[in-house]
Amino acid sequence: MTDHILSQNTPAARDIDIVRSRETRSHRFSAALRYALLTAVGLLMLYPLIWLIGASFKTNSEIFSNPGFWPENPTLDGYIKGWKTSTPYSFGTFFANTLWIVIPKVIGTAISCTAVAYGFARFDFPFKKVLFSALIATLLLPNVVTRIPQYLIFRDLGWLDSYLPLWVPSALAGDAFFVFMLVQFLRAIPRDMEEAARVDGATTWQTLIFIVVPLLMPALISVCLFQFMWTMNDFLGPLIYISSVDKYPISLALKLSIDTTEAFEWNRVLAMSVLSLAPALAVFFLAQKYFIDGISSGGIKG
Amino acid sequence: MSGDNKFLGLIYLSPFIIGLLVFTALPFLASLYLSFTNYNLMNEPVFTGLQNYIRLFTNDRTFRKSLWVTLVYVFMTVPLKLAFALFMAVILNYKLKFINVFRTAYYVPSILGGSIAIAVLWRYIFADVGLVNMGLALLGFEPVNWFGDPTNALFTITLLRLWQFGSAMVIFLAALQSIDKTLYEAASIDGAGKWTSFVYITLPLITPVIFFNLIMQMVQAFQEFNGPYIITQGGPLKSTYLLPIYIYDEAFKRFDMGYASAIAWVLFLIIMALTLIAFWSSRHWVYYAGDKRS
Repeated sequence: MTDHILSQNTPAARDIDIVRSRETRSHRFSAALRYALLTAVGLLMLYPLIWLIGASFKTNSEIFSNPGFWPENPTLDGYIKGWKTSTPYSFGTFFANTLWIVIPKVIGTAISCTAVAYGFARFDFPFKKVLFSALIATLLLPNVVTRIPQYLIFRDLGWLDSYLPLWVPSALAGDAFFVFMLVQFLRAIPRDMEEAARVDGATTWQTLIFIVVPLLMPALISVCLFQFMWTMNDFLGPLIYISSVDKYPISLALKLSIDTTEAFEWNRVLAMSVLSLAPALAVFFLAQKYFIDGISSGGIKG
Repeated sequence: MSGDNKFLGLIYLSPFIIGLLVFTALPFLASLYLSFTNYNLMNEPVFTGLQNYIRLFTNDRTFRKSLWVTLVYVFMTVPLKLAFALFMAVILNYKLKFINVFRTAYYVPSILGGSIAIAVLWRYIFADVGLVNMGLALLGFEPVNWFGDPTNALFTITLLRLWQFGSAMVIFLAALQSIDKTLYEAASIDGAGKWTSFVYITLPLITPVIFFNLIMQMVQAFQEFNGPYIITQGGPLKSTYLLPIYIYDEAFKRFDMGYASAIAWVLFLIIMALTLIAFWSSRHWVYYAGDKRS
């Protein structure tokens, strides 16, 4: 009887062993394949950026002859001459202009979007549904359709060739996407602490500043970072509104440099491209957690 | 909160309400009105009825070309980008070491991709003697005329968008990681293979995210400006002359605000129609957890 069972079981047990080892092997194989594919795609994706950094230290003749990263005759020429630019202003001016656009815009976005999101998430008021639908509609509305009249409004206000058209809409919670993201985040936070604060006599303003804002901080940082990135990269806004070269941000200055010097001074353009990408890259690597969390939770265009 | 003035919420909303009225609602209606006028900034707008639209559809070859190029661009870019992003997310969704390193590496192009510096870089690496052709030469291939040939030029612009698949991928990855693992175990006990599990478990569960990515990517692709404006200036032979560039040229170079508004409205209506179709069709293919209908 026992013999019978054993003789029946042994081949089955062997089968199981074979299946298991096959599975581990296929598991290992698939892991190796995944790593190989991921690394290959990663290199292919990042090589243009790596090459860009190397090429910015190359001589003009080497840029279009050496596909490698490492410059044969490393030179700082591109950086030194590129920084001076072909305008009366140095690239430093354009960097300062960019920051002068970005920082007030980020602050305005953070304050206005927080207040509006707080209003939507914590209060009942007339027309709430209509206004929330308007928020969603704004989210989906392509900018292309409002751009021309916006330009005319700013012209009538006398704001052309200033940074006001870039700052003011954002300071009025114009980036509906951020409001939406903060509302979603606030809805997930329990209200106990806020209610306790209100019972203790705090006003809604105090509750917002001392209770809600600290809880909202991770989402708020994501909002600031994304606004920072998008504004650094923004080209069409400055292109339409800024006409004097002394007010140009780096995006326009780069466009200017390819128009004026590209025919032969390639390394200048590449060197300034590297510099213009540096702030965004630095911020991204310092705060990547917030970027990944931000898009994973709210879902962000980009 | 109870006991508060019922208008208190509106005070917090006031920046949004002002912004909505002044910078969204008013411009939205104004651009519709302008699209029926002739307005060149010098004189007052003159109402001309449907004239702009008639000219667009009967007497404007640039518009027809530009519309066609835009549609090809969108229908080429969006599906390719989403498919690639989903594919990479599935590969990444595995117990891998360094998963964060890969995720970060793939995400970097999405952060930088919209910038002018990257558009400039694209010009350099796809130039006749640029990095890509140097690489092809090393592998023994003939150089490709990336910008000179009309078909290639649009494809080269498309590549710039595909390169930024990271943001869509991160959203897919988050959705994949939130799927309950026991579902796969149950399916595998029932004898389902990996592909079957993917088609019958993974795909249905991530349809809301696919839908979200689809809408976002489509709305953005229709408004692409920086890439083609910097890289090819719409050429050669207007093969990368996307509608947003045409609108920009009409409005801010030729100052034909009325005509530009009409083009913008046609583009807007196309985007709206496709968005509505997507929303309407989503009833049939998007699965929401806890929704009894599915």
